[in-house]
Amino acid sequence: MLLSKKWLNQYIDVSDLSGEALGDLITKNGIEVESVTSRAEGLSGIVVGHVLSCEKHPEADKLNVTKVDIGECEPVQIVCGAPNVAAGQHVIVAKVGARLPGLKIKKAKLRGVESQGMICSLEELGFEKKQIREDEQDGIHTFREDVQVGADVLDLLDLNDEIIELGLTPNRSDCLSLYGIIHEVAAILERPYTLPTANVTSDVKTDVTVQLDTANCPYYAARQIDGVTIEESPQWLKNILIAEGVRPINNIVDVTNYVMLELGQPLHAFDAKKLGSSIVVRQAENGEEMITLDDMTRTLDSTMMVITNGTSPVAIAGVMGGANTEVDDTTTSIVLESAYFDPASVRKTSRTLGLRSDSSARFEKGVDPERVLTALDRAAAMIVELSGGTISQEVIAGGKDSNSRTIEVSIDYINGRLGMELDRQTIVQILERLGLKVEGDTTLTVHIPSRRPDLELPADITEEVARLYGYNSLPSSLPASQAKGYLPAINVLRRNVRRILQGAGLSQAITYSLTSEANASRFDEHGSEKVRLAMPMSEERSVLRTSLVPGLLETARYNTARQQANVALYETGRVYFEKGDTLPRETERVAGVFTGLWMDHRTQGTRIPVDYFVAKGVVDTLVHTLRLDVTYEAAVLPDMHPGRTARILKDGEVIGYVGQVHPAVSKDVYGLKEVYVFELDLLALQTSSTLLYQDVPRYPSVSRDLALVLNRDIPAGQVEATIKQAAGPLLIDLSVFDVYTGENVGEHEKSIAFSLKYQDPTRTLQDEEVNASYEKIVEAVKVEHGAEVRA
Amino acid sequence: MKEQLEQLQVEALEEIKVASTQKALNDVRIKYLGKKGPMTEVLRGMGKLSAEERPVVGELANKVRASIQETLEARIEEVKAIELEAKLAAETIDVTLPGRTTFPGNSHLLQQIIDEMEDLFVGLGYTIAEGPEVETDLYNFEMLNLPKDHPARDMQDSFYITDETLLRTHTSPVQARTMLEANGQPIRIICPGKVYRRDEDDATHSHQFMQIEGLVVDESISMADLKGTLEVFVKQLFGESREIRLRPSFFPFTEPSVEVDISCFKCGGKGCNVCKGTGWIEILGGGMVHPHVLEMAGYDSTKMSGFAFGIGVERMAMLKHGVDDIRHFYTNDLRFIEQF
Repeated sequence: MLLSKKWLNQYIDVSDLSGEALGDLITKNGIEVESVTSRAEGLSGIVVGHVLSCEKHPEADKLNVTKVDIGECEPVQIVCGAPNVAAGQHVIVAKVGARLPGLKIKKAKLRGVESQGMICSLEELGFEKKQIREDEQDGIHTFREDVQVGADVLDLLDLNDEIIELGLTPNRSDCLSLYGIIHEVAAILERPYTLPTANVTSDVKTDVTVQLDTANCPYYAARQIDGVTIEESPQWLKNILIAEGVRPINNIVDVTNYVMLELGQPLHAFDAKKLGSSIVVRQAENGEEMITLDDMTRTLDSTMMVITNGTSPVAIAGVMGGANTEVDDTTTSIVLESAYFDPASVRKTSRTLGLRSDSSARFEKGVDPERVLTALDRAAAMIVELSGGTISQEVIAGGKDSNSRTIEVSIDYINGRLGMELDRQTIVQILERLGLKVEGDTTLTVHIPSRRPDLELPADITEEVARLYGYNSLPSSLPASQAKGYLPAINVLRRNVRRILQGAGLSQAITYSLTSEANASRFDEHGSEKVRLAMPMSEERSVLRTSLVPGLLETARYNTARQQANVALYETGRVYFEKGDTLPRETERVAGVFTGLWMDHRTQGTRIPVDYFVAKGVVDTLVHTLRLDVTYEAAVLPDMHPGRTARILKDGEVIGYVGQVHPAVSKDVYGLKEVYVFELDLLALQTSSTLLYQDVPRYPSVSRDLALVLNRDIPAGQVEATIKQAAGPLLIDLSVFDVYTGENVGEHEKSIAFSLKYQDPTRTLQDEEVNASYEKIVEAVKVEHGAEVRA
Repeated sequence: MKEQLEQLQVEALEEIKVASTQKALNDVRIKYLGKKGPMTEVLRGMGKLSAEERPVVGELANKVRASIQETLEARIEEVKAIELEAKLAAETIDVTLPGRTTFPGNSHLLQQIIDEMEDLFVGLGYTIAEGPEVETDLYNFEMLNLPKDHPARDMQDSFYITDETLLRTHTSPVQARTMLEANGQPIRIICPGKVYRRDEDDATHSHQFMQIEGLVVDESISMADLKGTLEVFVKQLFGESREIRLRPSFFPFTEPSVEVDISCFKCGGKGCNVCKGTGWIEILGGGMVHPHVLEMAGYDSTKMSGFAFGIGVERMAMLKHGVDDIRHFYTNDLRFIEQF
C-alpha cells in the first residue's frame, strides 16, 4: 500500500514530520514501512511552457524546433524529439540549469540548432510508464486544463510529496485505505484527525432493482446517476491517483478508484444504458463465459459469483467488471455499485482465474460493511461534482451484520502475557488512542469497530497494547520454571557418527532432498515406490530421494569438474518411500563418497588412491568405534561394481552396503572415474548397552601364525568365521596379514595368512592348550573349505 | 727403566691424541695397557730392580698407567661425542617439508550453527524435537491457525505431494505434534530441520533450507521471557555486545508477534553495507503462541501460555560469516566446506 504524505496531511497534520520520521514511527508501532521516496528528489527548474511555434528541424527528420513561452521576457528555442509536440500545447519545460533525475539541463546545439532547455515527458520526471496516459507514454506530457505559463510544475503535479510504502501483513487489511491509515497514524501520534465523509439525499426514483441469489453476497447497494459527462479528471485527482500508483482513466473510473483508496471499499460503475435496470447477483454456471474489462474471455464455474443483468454476467463479483457494460466516452448514465462480497469466495475466484485486482485484494480480506454506503455516497457526490448529473435514491439489497463486537480481557491477562505491570489507566489510554471504547475495571470490555476485523481475542488486544506501549519497553527475563535439558539419543548418535567420520577425514555435505526420477531410481535394490511432487518446478527436483548416494555423486562431480580431484564426503539425512499410507516412510541414512587420492604425502612417497579398502576401512572404523559387530558379504547390487561390493550385516540384518560404483554408471551418469561409496541405516548404528569393565590382562598372550592354501573364490571372511568357531574362547584376536596368489600356489588357489592371539585373563597359557586349539582350527578349515596349511 | 716409562707415556698420549675413532682408541689401549703390552713388560721387569728402586719405579709405573688410562677414557668420550654428532649430522632432514597430515573432515557450516544452538538451548533446559518432512496439511497449516482459505497461506507457496500432504514449509508442524503429545504438560523444545518452499534457487532463495524453531509452553510464560531468551541466543551467536530490537509483526500462529532485529555486528549500529545503513539487521520472527494454536493442541489458553520463535539457519550463517550466496550451502564445493 502506497501512502501519499500530502494526501494524509489533509486529514491529520503531519506537516512537521519528514516522511522518514513518520515512516520510522509507523514501523516501530506495528506496520513495516518498506520505503520512503521523495517524488521531487532530483527535480528543479521545471515550469509550464506554451509552445508558440513548432517547425521541422532543417537537418533532422525526427526533431522539431519550437519556440516556447516559459513566462520569461523572451520565448526560448527548444529542439524537441517527441512525436506528439505541436504548437499551442501547454507543456513541461526543464529550463537551462534545471535538474532531472541523473541529468542537468545545459544550453546545447542539436544538429546545428541551439536548444535552450528540454520539453519533458512524465517518465523523465520519474513517473512510471503505467501511470501515464496511453497516448503520452511515448511522448511529452501536455496539460489539458488551464495552467499558468511559467508556473512551477512540481506544485502543479503535487510532486512536493513523499510516498511511504507500507508492507502490510495479511491481518492489517484495515490499512488498505487512507481511512484505516488515518486511524493508525492518529493512534501513534495522538493527534486530532478528520475522516472523509459523505451525505447524499435524493428522492429521484430509479428503475434499478437488485436481487441477491447467492449467500456469498449478503449486502449490495447501488445508485443511478443520470446526465454525466465523461471527461478527463482534474489535475488534483490525477495527482493523487498517480501518487498511489493508479493510472487515471476518466472522471467516473477515477472517482471509484479514489474512493476505494480513501475508504477501502471497492466500487464499480456500469454504463446504465448497457446494463439495463435489473441486477441479479448469483453464482456463475459451469462453463459460462464473459469478456472482462481487460478484453480477456473468462470461463467461469459455479464456485464464482457474478453480477448479471438478469440473464448474462456483467461483472465477476469483486474481481473485475465486464466489457459489455464498460463506461466509455459516450456514457451518459451510470449505475454505481458498492457491496460486501464474501472474502473466501472472492479469494478463490481470483486465484482460480489468476486474476488479481485492487478490488479483489480488498474484498478477499473482508471490507468494512459500515463503509459500503458511505463509499457509495461519497463517490456519487464526487461524480456529480466533477461530471454533472443527478443522483437517484439508493437501492439496497440484503443487510449488514450487526456491529456490536466486544472482547473481554483482564488487566492480569495482558500483564501476564507481556511480563509487565501496566496499570489500568495506561492500558485504557492506549486502547482509546486506537479508537476502541473500553469499559470495566479489572476486566475490560473492549468494543471493536467494524474497521478492525483483525481484533478477535484477548491476545489481539494484548498485542495492540504492547505495540503502542512499545515492544522495546518490554523487560527481559527467562522462563521462571525449571526444566531438564538434554540431547535425545538420536542426536547423540548422529553427533557420534559425524565425529567419527570427520575424524576419519570425511567432510560433511548437505544435498537436496528433491531429485530427478532417474536419480531416485538408482542404488535401490528393492525398486521402491517413490514420493513425487504433484507440481514440480523442474524434472531435476521432482521426486524425493531414495538414497543419499546420487546426491553425493553429483557433489563429487561438481568438485572434480573444478579441479578438486580428491573427494571424501559424507552426509546424514533422510530418504523417503511411498508406503501407501497418508505419509511416506522417512528413514535416516549415513552415506559416504570417495574418489581420487585418499592419502597424498608425495614427499614421503605415500600416495594412496581411493580403493575398496579405503571405503570399507572407513565403515570398519565407524562400526568399531561405535562398538558394533558387523559382517560383510559379497553382493551384486544395482549400479554397483559386481565384483567390488559388499552387503553389510548386523545380527543377520542388512544395514547397508559398501563398494565401487559401477564404472558405467560413474562414468556415463556422473562423469566420474573410479568412485567408491557406502550407505548405512543410521538407526542400525544405535547401541544402547552399557560397557562393563574387563580385567586388564595380567598374563602374557601367545601368538601363532597360520598360512592356509585354499580355493581362490573362498572369501577370507568365511574362513575367519570358521576359525573363530573352531578356536574356542582362548582366541582373543584374529586378523589377516597376508594374501598371496601366484607361482607358489596353484592356478585356482590363494594363500591367506592369519595372525592368531591367545590369552586367558586368569593364568599363563600352556603351549599344549594353544597347540590343541591350533590343530582344531586346521582340521576345521580343511573340512569346511578344503584348506591346507601352507608348507 | 724410568726413562723407558716416561717415553712410553709420551708415546701413548701422542697416539691417543691422534686416534679419532673408538676402534683406534681401543687398539691404543690394547697396545699399551694390554697383557702383551709394554706396560706389562715393564712391570714384569720390576723383579730385577733393587729394593730401593722398586717402590719408586712402581709408583711411577702406576702413575703412567693411570695417566694413559685416564687420557684414553676422556678421549673415548670425546670421540663418542664426535661420532654421534657425525651420525646425527648424516641423519639431517629438511624439517620444512610437509608433514604426514591426517586432517579431520569438516562439519558443514549449517551443522555447526545447529550444533551451537542445540548446545545453548540444552543448557537452558530445552530438548530437541523432530518430525516428518513430508507433512499433512493439517499439521503444516491448520493446526497452526492457517485454515484452508487463510490469506496468509499466500505467504508460503508449497510443494504439495497430494491435496493433503506436502513438504513442510516450516518446522512448526513439529511444534504442533509435540504439543499434542505433551497432553497439556509443559514443553521446552527446539526443532531444527529441513523445510521446503516453492522458490526458484538464486543467490538469496533456496527451495530447501533449514530452520530452527523454539517453543516453550508453561504456566505464565510471557513476552518478556521471549525477549530474554532471544537476547541470550543472539549474544551467543553474534557476540556479547549485540542488542536486540523488537518490532510488531504478524504470523498466524503467534499473537502478539514480533520481528527481531539485532544491532549490526559489523558497524555496531552506525550503519554499513551489511545493515543497509540502518544499524539493525532483521534476524528472526517469533511471538506468543496464538491461543487458537494452544487450544487446538489441547491446552487451556487461559492457564497456559507460550512463546515460539524461528530462525533461518542459512541466514544466520550468511550474516555471521559473510557468505554471499545461499547456493554455496548445497553445492558442497570443498573449497567452501573447508573454510569453516
